[in-house]
Amino acid sequence: MTIPSPAGSTGPWAASGMIAAIVLASTTGEVLTAAAMKSIGDLDEIRARSGMKGAIRAVVTCPLFFAGVGFLALAFFALLFALNHLNLSLVAPASASLTLVTNAVAGKLFLHENVDGRRWTAALLVCIGVYLLAH
Amino acid sequence: MDHRLTARQYLILGLVALCAPLGDTCLSRGMTHLPPISLAHPASLIAAVFTPWIAAGIALLIGFFASYLTALSWADLTFVLPATAFGNVIVALLSKFWLHEPISLERWAGIVLITVGVGFVAQGPALTERPAAEPIEDASAMEEEGVR
Repeated sequence: MTIPSPAGSTGPWAASGMIAAIVLASTTGEVLTAAAMKSIGDLDEIRARSGMKGAIRAVVTCPLFFAGVGFLALAFFALLFALNHLNLSLVAPASASLTLVTNAVAGKLFLHENVDGRRWTAALLVCIGVYLLAH
Repeated sequence: MDHRLTARQYLILGLVALCAPLGDTCLSRGMTHLPPISLAHPASLIAAVFTPWIAAGIALLIGFFASYLTALSWADLTFVLPATAFGNVIVALLSKFWLHEPISLERWAGIVLITVGVGFVAQGPALTERPAAEPIEDASAMEEEGVR
């Protein structure tokens, strides 16, 4: 694909905005998808009772699931847009590691998950680890 | 109620961790082996889907999404995401020992941090204890319909 090389002239505010758009859309998508799957119930059990068709039907008839997938698609296009303006070595680690932290916050606020010290520590360690690995 | 995972559930988490990075690697390998694709000829992008590496990448990403949805149906989001981040470590190790790419000290530090983080989260419960977990009515009705 003939894409112009990432412009070096993108300012820090524009770069932050693009990364924030990816993180926001991605977090919203993950939270909605997780809420959808929790509302459906254990897929392994549904599959054991109703077979693979039943499990697929349980997922595709949940509106929350499609809302989540919509936001995940938005995150994907926000990523493509950002990659058109910024370097991969900035966008990939920044968005991947920030998403882990925002997901922990969103999981606690919106999904009422028990994000205890252990999970906060894990999220932060993985966040820094992903940054170091991809940088 | 104990929310420890079964061997099968660990297998699903392993699939989530493996399929996404391997799928991305297949897509990357497939796309870099193709001649440059212009936006003026989008049909060549569709033809790319049927090349072996890209088809394998898509199959792996479909496997990732199915496993990811399954994991989210019995584990918290804040458990699944850090636990499956171990895939990054696997890719880094594959690149070192299979592709013979050098790994800097910074990356080794990243590998250690992710491994410790995954170990931390894996020791805890996978699902938040709730007083009454009630699946939505539509889903229950649908399941019953499926049983019939």
